[in-house]
Amino acid sequence: MKRFFPILSILTAILLAYALYQALVVVPTDALQGDVYRIIYYHVPSAWTAFLLFLINFVASIIYLIRRSPKVDIVALVCAEVGVVFCTVVLVTGPIWARPVWGIWWAPGDIRLTSTLVLWLIYVSYLVLRRFSTSAQTQVLAAALAVFGALDVPLVYFSIWFFRTQHPQPVIGGGGSMDPRMLRVLLINWLAFLCFAFLVCWSRYRLEVLHREVDQAHALESLAGAGMAEKASLPLSRSAP
Amino acid sequence: MSDVPNNAWPNNVRPAINVHNVIKQFGRFAALRGVTAEFDAGRFHAILGDNGAGKTTLLRAIAGLAQPTQGRISIFGKAPRDACRDLGYMPHPSLLYDEMSGMENLRYFAGLYGIGGDDACQAAIRAVGLDPELPRPVGQYSQGMRQRMSLARALLHDPKILLLDEPFSNVDVHSAAEMVALLKSMRGAGKTIFVVTHQASLLEGVADEFIWMQAGQIVNRTTNARTAASVRAPDSSREGAP
Amino acid sequence: MNSLWAVTLATLKKDIRLEWRSKDALNSMLFFSLLVVVIFAFAFDPLAEESRHIAGGLIWVAFLFAAVVALNQTWARELRNQVLDAYRVSPAPANALFLAKAVGNFIFVSVLEALMTPLFVVFYNLHVLGPAWQLIPIALLGTWALVVNGTFFAAMSLRTRSREIMLPLLLFPISIPAVLGMVAGTTAVLTGDNPAHFYIVLLLTYDVVFTTACLLLFETILHAE
Repeated sequence: MKRFFPILSILTAILLAYALYQALVVVPTDALQGDVYRIIYYHVPSAWTAFLLFLINFVASIIYLIRRSPKVDIVALVCAEVGVVFCTVVLVTGPIWARPVWGIWWAPGDIRLTSTLVLWLIYVSYLVLRRFSTSAQTQVLAAALAVFGALDVPLVYFSIWFFRTQHPQPVIGGGGSMDPRMLRVLLINWLAFLCFAFLVCWSRYRLEVLHREVDQAHALESLAGAGMAEKASLPLSRSAP
Repeated sequence: MSDVPNNAWPNNVRPAINVHNVIKQFGRFAALRGVTAEFDAGRFHAILGDNGAGKTTLLRAIAGLAQPTQGRISIFGKAPRDACRDLGYMPHPSLLYDEMSGMENLRYFAGLYGIGGDDACQAAIRAVGLDPELPRPVGQYSQGMRQRMSLARALLHDPKILLLDEPFSNVDVHSAAEMVALLKSMRGAGKTIFVVTHQASLLEGVADEFIWMQAGQIVNRTTNARTAASVRAPDSSREGAP
Repeated sequence: MNSLWAVTLATLKKDIRLEWRSKDALNSMLFFSLLVVVIFAFAFDPLAEESRHIAGGLIWVAFLFAAVVALNQTWARELRNQVLDAYRVSPAPANALFLAKAVGNFIFVSVLEALMTPLFVVFYNLHVLGPAWQLIPIALLGTWALVVNGTFFAAMSLRTRSREIMLPLLLFPISIPAVLGMVAGTTAVLTGDNPAHFYIVLLLTYDVVFTTACLLLFETILHAE
């Protein structure tokens, strides 16, 4: 497994470079939007990657609540962390694209951007909870919150969808068909992003496993050392209370 | 004094509580570090040790309040949460609502155990030497009275096992002695009693066994309070009752 | 099942009695939302014709903040003298505690809403242009939506550092669809421009989904020490 890591890293680097070349040079310019549209090759694959990671987080959290296996909890944690990063990319690139195309940075009624923002908020609160918890069973609390967050997603989507139908919105091209060349490049980019996300998750997973092993060793070893030291001095210092 | 008092069950004691290799870890700190022990029914166990030795955590784990990170605890063969009717738990905080009177408090807690009517509550309050009719809210009790009311709460459902955390701290000598006498009579009535305390001297001649904890482990078990803190190799602590 | 209702009722009665004796939550909630109303009255000109369009938002934001005050109070009461442990060592069902707390909070926040709504009407000179009766299901369902998750997350934040700040951090993101439903629904009724039915259905769905989730997971949360 470990030997596979550098190979995958190199492959991912090549794939990312190829995808970048395709997105910026090979694919034709959009007739209406001009070159600015090329940001979708980052925006959309990031979004898909983030959603996939959040989905894995949800599934892992449910499995954790049933099976209580620490490894599954690490998967959930790692997916939430990396997912939040990709989600941030979506939220930054979205307005950059919207400004020249729609003329505004942010459309509160835009269903995709706004629900992505809510999703981002939910998973940031998930990470905050993990950081602030004083429980020895943070994993359980976090898994429960992840379930709540995932249940919220469809409700967020539909609430904004209906909200939008009642409010005037900028014209957003949703239904238009995509040039097959553009779709191909989009998928290549997604593949490259997925590989990259997988690599990051993998490293983070290994790091977290090590981290927890160190914590456990610390908890059990250092106390053993302290206990021994204290015990050695016991007969001198302690008499019956 | 070093022997078990003569009114104890002599030979047919059965383990009430079985603790197997329990670890409780909080991040980089482990409050319990592999505790393995059996505790006999009908005995009075005093758990001693320094601050941070894991005494309270062990008691909370037995009470089912803290889930072990690893390891297993069984009480009469059941998991702690399933054995809650057999357990009476009295920690150092009173576990009472300050704004309500003693009787109001106990009535509510009796409801949690499915005990209806005032008889059980009144009996429990009288058993600890207080007056059930006292209208004062618990917040205005003296510390000693509050401790006793708290004990009444723990006794309400007539548990087989009593778990007490520092019942003698912050009370005057007289109240502490009364509490000890109370516990002694309950042991006589056949209850298994665990007391976590700093004041081992109060329990000399009362407790059947003294358990010395250190750094999250049981390091010594003896029948004599004076030798409880003496050294033993950590492995020998797992051999069980003295 | 019997014991669930018996304990729920007993706990609810105990909470109401404690609240009646101290009046901590209700007083702080009332004063807090009064302050919010007054500050909003300075921040947004209440005489303007558009005030009808923003009043729904103002009312619910005030109630949301006030509800957080109440939600923190309910569990604070159980933390004093660690009384919560007495519940946790008893055989009483965890969901009875949850239901009692949620219903108790629902009552407190509803009382607050009943007292504060006239103030909003006076300050913002509101008259309802849509079907006014629809405000009642919106208020009831919306309040339950805030309170059910709020009770759950307040219990969750018992196990965190800076507990009182943690509650809004956990509660607000999850509550966004409910808040949107309450605000947009109220505005729809006040202005009479749009039907509010969808928002009532949305709130109902939200309530059903999260009440179920809370009841399924509360025991796990309560014992996660």
